[in-house]
Amino acid sequence: MKRISLLLILSLLPLVVMAQEDNCLTCHRDFEDEDGGPSYLITRDVHIQKGLSCADCHGGDPSLEDMDEVRESRGWRGVPDHLEVPAFCARCHSDANYMHEQNPSLPTDQLVKYKTSIHGKRLFGKKDRKVANCISCHTVHQIANARTPYSSTHPLNLPQTCAHCHADADYMAEYGIPTDQYDGYRKSVHGEALFENNDLGAPVCNDCHGNHGALPPGMASISHVCGNCHAMQAQLFDKSPHSKAFEENDFPACETCHSNHLIEKPGDQMVGNKEPAVCVECHSEGDGTRGLDVAAAMSLAVEKLANAQAEARAALDEAIAKGMMTTDEEFRFKEVQQMLIATRTQIHSFSLDTILTMADAGYEKAKEVQTNSAALIDEYFFRRKGLGLATLFITLLVVALWAYIRKLES
Amino acid sequence: MNNTPADNSLGAQIYRWFDERFKLDALVEYMRGKVVPVHSHSIFYYFGGISLFLFVVQVLTGILLLMYYRPGADSAYESVRFIISNVEFGWLIRSLHSWSANLMILAVFIHMFSVYFTSAYRRPRELTWLSGMALLGLSLAFGFSGYLLPWNELAFFATRVGTGMAGAIPGIGQKILVIMRGGEEVTGATIGRFFGLHVAILPGLTTLILSGHLLFLQRQGMSEPLHWENLPAEKKKYQKFFPNFILRDLLVWLIVLNLLAVLAVIFPDGIGVVHWPLGVKADPFAPPPAVIRPEWYFMFAFQALKMLPAHIWFIEGELFGIGLFTIGGLIWALVPYLNRKSAKGQPSKLFTAFGIFVLAFVIVMTALGYILE
Repeated sequence: MKRISLLLILSLLPLVVMAQEDNCLTCHRDFEDEDGGPSYLITRDVHIQKGLSCADCHGGDPSLEDMDEVRESRGWRGVPDHLEVPAFCARCHSDANYMHEQNPSLPTDQLVKYKTSIHGKRLFGKKDRKVANCISCHTVHQIANARTPYSSTHPLNLPQTCAHCHADADYMAEYGIPTDQYDGYRKSVHGEALFENNDLGAPVCNDCHGNHGALPPGMASISHVCGNCHAMQAQLFDKSPHSKAFEENDFPACETCHSNHLIEKPGDQMVGNKEPAVCVECHSEGDGTRGLDVAAAMSLAVEKLANAQAEARAALDEAIAKGMMTTDEEFRFKEVQQMLIATRTQIHSFSLDTILTMADAGYEKAKEVQTNSAALIDEYFFRRKGLGLATLFITLLVVALWAYIRKLES
Repeated sequence: MNNTPADNSLGAQIYRWFDERFKLDALVEYMRGKVVPVHSHSIFYYFGGISLFLFVVQVLTGILLLMYYRPGADSAYESVRFIISNVEFGWLIRSLHSWSANLMILAVFIHMFSVYFTSAYRRPRELTWLSGMALLGLSLAFGFSGYLLPWNELAFFATRVGTGMAGAIPGIGQKILVIMRGGEEVTGATIGRFFGLHVAILPGLTTLILSGHLLFLQRQGMSEPLHWENLPAEKKKYQKFFPNFILRDLLVWLIVLNLLAVLAVIFPDGIGVVHWPLGVKADPFAPPPAVIRPEWYFMFAFQALKMLPAHIWFIEGELFGIGLFTIGGLIWALVPYLNRKSAKGQPSKLFTAFGIFVLAFVIVMTALGYILE
């Protein structure tokens, strides 16, 4: 009997402990909205999922049932003011030892970086209550890892998170900065990759602007930002004559030709000596540079290679459709594609000799594919003719033999 | 042939030279005396000859392929690709080899079923039937071993499944699997084994058994239909084996050659379920393709084993199936001894029904194999 009583007590112990530990949710759920109330949202919050409780952030004794008593209880912090939020979160997130225990993969420099950002400078310097603090981006009670699909910082959600303030013209009016970034981004090659192709590798706001240390990229640093992904183009541009000229004229490196948020898919039409080429926006006839001539020559070289590639593809497709063995030509065609990409990339060097050399090599290769594919198509017809002749010959033999057998048996 | 001493043409002289040494006259006289029955099912007599003709095409094209084919995990696929794309008429030789292989299996099946349904296996042709069964087994082994040789993705996974089935046999299964694969897995060592089997062991055995099969046929002649047992002699029609039947055989071979040429040129990679595109190289670490299927002539067995439940009584489903196939195959092979009625020249409803069941089973299971995949 004693044993049974002991087991009963032991089995009820967790319930007793739970009841003592957290009354926050029990009370708050009585009056909060199921669809958006913090006590309901919190179940999707990474802190709760990791075992923290309401009291770990807000303080107070969660075992108490009376709210007034809770406010009077130990460590009560309640709801922090907008200006206090960074420090509120940094209590843990800037504590390297504590974070190492909880989640060693997370950095602990968010507050330091935040202070260097436009947001942080305005919040701490000008006590601006409108600028973003931690919860503006991470939400209050549904904070989740950026890899979690419902997280406000997940790549698919982040542009909307930033746009919440930055696309609101009224809200942003006093800051004097544009509010069309989100619209532009959505239509851009990056936005298309993200929203239409669900390509999580596509850059979102923080990939160029940083996250906690969010800053607009400066003139000198923009090619470094774009060059994080477009390394080859950035490298070629830095060594090109344009790099110095842009710097002298205060033109941002990549942005001048490709724009910033509304970055359209680049095409061969961007290079040339007439509209819609971007070269004509700076260069003009008689401006004392070779700009337009070089642009025209580059455009011609790339166009010639692109056309040769298209013709090679068409010939290759025809050979494939005819059931010919085209493996070698397909490999060769991939080289042509690679050479076209390399030539287009080389445009960022604005070195006409190099571009012409590369384009010519690609053109020769494309012509080789075209010639070989045409040979395969000829081979196809040769086979058909050969078959026709062989079939005719065998059929004649059959007829002759049949006639001989008939004669023999008659 | 005019081979009288008065005839001094070069052909006659050559004939006489051989005749003096090998007594050809006696052979020619024997051949002239041979006759072939003529009746409503005579057409089936040609399928043995068609199988033989296609086997010869196999040997000739196989020898040509051998000149460029290189067995091995690092060279098999590449050498087949080289044959198709770089060797003059290599594509045609490979295509002829593949088409003639498939047509030969089809001809062998038709030959076998026609012999079965006409009870041509009956005494005194038991050994012709048994040697024919052995040749069928060898033909299937040719197909199975040849399928892996290009070392492409489909061949690799189909061979893994096929050899894996052997592993299901209790006790000795694992040993058979290791012997077949040359190890636990399908690797370059498996190609070596299958290659040796395909180009040396199987051709050697086939030549030996085929010689016996043809010798039996020549000595015993074509089987007459069962209903001829009670037919008066004047109602039985015959044609001379030489030259009439031989010339007709030649005619059929030419028609088959024509068909083969058309198929090989128009469909060099096969068509429909009979296809052998080279595709991508085998990668043992790649996930298997969505559809793994054997050659069409193994499909009935593959599908039947697939449809069996995991366990039948206490026996594993696959094992149960293999057991049933073994028993069925034994009955089929021993039919000349089991069908007592046919030995007496009487038709047997039981064995005809068994034959119809087997034929229907093969057709239905093959069709289901392609429909359900």
